[in-house]
Amino acid sequence: MKSGIFAALLLVAMSASGAFAQGAPIKLADVAELSGGGATVGNNWKNGIDLAIEEINAKGGLLGRKLEVTHADSQSNPGVARAQVQKALDNEPYVLLGPGYSGSVKVTSPLAAEAGITQIMGGEAAELTQGGNKFLFRTSFGQQSSMPKVAKYVNDELKAKSVAIVWVNNDFGKGGRDVMTKEFAKYNIKVAADISTEAGQADFAADVSKIKAAAPDAVFIYLNEEESARILKELKRQAIAVPLVGETTLVGQKVVELAGDAANGARGHVGLTTDAPVDLVKAFREKFVKKYNYVPDHNGLKGYLAIYMVKATTEKMGKVDAKKFADTLHGLTIKAASEPGILMDVTFDEKGDIDRQGFLVEIVEGKQVVKQVLPKLN
Amino acid sequence: MSNLLDLLVAGLATGAIYALVAVGFTLLWQTSQTINFAQGEFVMLPAFLMLALMHAGAPFWLAIILGILLSLLLLGLGFKLLLVDPMLRHGVLPLAIATMALAIGMKEAVKQFFSAEASPFPSIVPAGDISILGRVVSLQSLGVLALAIAVVIGLTALLNRTSIGHQMQATAQNPTVARIIGVPVERMILLTFLINAFLVALASLLITPIYLAKFSSGEVLGQAAFIAAIVGGFNQVRGAIAGGLLIGVVDNLAAAYVSTQYRAAVPLVLLIVIILFRPQGLLGRPEERTV
Repeated sequence: MKSGIFAALLLVAMSASGAFAQGAPIKLADVAELSGGGATVGNNWKNGIDLAIEEINAKGGLLGRKLEVTHADSQSNPGVARAQVQKALDNEPYVLLGPGYSGSVKVTSPLAAEAGITQIMGGEAAELTQGGNKFLFRTSFGQQSSMPKVAKYVNDELKAKSVAIVWVNNDFGKGGRDVMTKEFAKYNIKVAADISTEAGQADFAADVSKIKAAAPDAVFIYLNEEESARILKELKRQAIAVPLVGETTLVGQKVVELAGDAANGARGHVGLTTDAPVDLVKAFREKFVKKYNYVPDHNGLKGYLAIYMVKATTEKMGKVDAKKFADTLHGLTIKAASEPGILMDVTFDEKGDIDRQGFLVEIVEGKQVVKQVLPKLN
Repeated sequence: MSNLLDLLVAGLATGAIYALVAVGFTLLWQTSQTINFAQGEFVMLPAFLMLALMHAGAPFWLAIILGILLSLLLLGLGFKLLLVDPMLRHGVLPLAIATMALAIGMKEAVKQFFSAEASPFPSIVPAGDISILGRVVSLQSLGVLALAIAVVIGLTALLNRTSIGHQMQATAQNPTVARIIGVPVERMILLTFLINAFLVALASLLITPIYLAKFSSGEVLGQAAFIAAIVGGFNQVRGAIAGGLLIGVVDNLAAAYVSTQYRAAVPLVLLIVIILFRPQGLLGRPEERTV
């Protein structure tokens, strides 16, 4: 009788703890730019992650287990990012998420690779996935994929014969500038001014004066979001009227919010945009706005997709196996029809780069307007 | 040549804002030996006060008025009563260190209670351009320059042409003698703190539409104002004005003709040269206090 009561109590206790039904939570670690110059990047990324986890957990979790994430602030500083990643890896997460800044990814990816932990990050510098790191995956296009499209647009559509390149002097900016310079050379487009700026720079008056003096047919701007907004305001102040072209960081939601009217007319290639003419992306945008009360930029999408990459890969394996995660994700195609959280069909190659449809957008009256959809290659 | 003119206009506009901040710096030093290392953060905060008021539903004009009043209360009266008065009796250095702590506290508080991200801030000067001698010049640059110069002229008139101004100068030059001849020294010192609070609030209003409202935006401004005050002359208001304008122009010319990477170093080099060869600053008086 006594043993029967004990067994019943044990059963009740185990059911109440959830251990019997679900197993231990799956731990994820996120290191992002929650403050400092990249705060826009990191906070959007974090919110996207939290939204996706909330959705997955509300539907019973991943393979019956809840997802848990810890967020750490890199302060937009590669040194701090490295320390935070080391701390996160010490807790043996299933997957490491972030950082978003390429410089921070560059110094943290060897740590994750050494620990055998897959790192899903937001960095876009071309070199990140060229070093043979088998544990590193992108959530968006690398510069080697996006820049040729921008150069082609500048040549074919804008018919520009000379450009001024303005870039931020860090891994992200220099990587973009190097790829872009080569691409412009292929079209015989002259670089009339090559202007490096500093991360966190507040005053762009002198840089814009240089652009004015060079009188280019177009300006290619490759800065982070806040600096992009500042230079757009200064370009308007100094009445520069030539086309302004860039990548996601020139035409993102945050840039539009910060630069106001000055952002109108800016154009660029974006791998991810909440204005994409895709129903699942529109649904994501609505959910995000409902939860956070603002329209996310591409980094919100990146964070959200990172979690659904974890979900699709784990379901493909049929088990939670950190060591086999990277091998499974290499070469994997995730279709939005079977996993709506991935929003658009995507394929990951052997380097961790992605193939997905992209968009050419222009800011019109404070809104991103998709001018052209560039299809997935394979 | 046209490029140089553009750079000069932009540099003077930024320099005029530096001058406002630097003038406050020198006033505090002269009247109460306060080296305020939180001066940059003093420029950052009023913009956030105004933004908070606008988020609460206040129209921009009302947010400006209330923001300036709150700045007078917090950055003028509060700063003097809660930090400067208790710390000053322990010497200039402990007070300077306390202002450093205050700067960190203000940055972190804004980051925590508002946002770590930059926020847009409306401009009181309308957007658009006008043509001057065939050159297109931004209204914003001219507006900022004109407003800053008007305030500086007004302040100079207050100091040199009014009884209160003379009493403030007497307080700055020799508080003991000023007290003997009947100057209300304590009131004059408080007035200086209020003037500084007004100047930083105005600088905040002018610079934030360009730099964006961000918790860290005071770092650059504080450093620029400090250098401007020393270069111009720490014991002279006119020195701080000249120093501010000079640093603004030098910074822009350095970015254009030297390199963006070294632009921050050029004003510092200028500072070193001034300290070595003219320690009282360009327009400072050697017989008075210098740093």
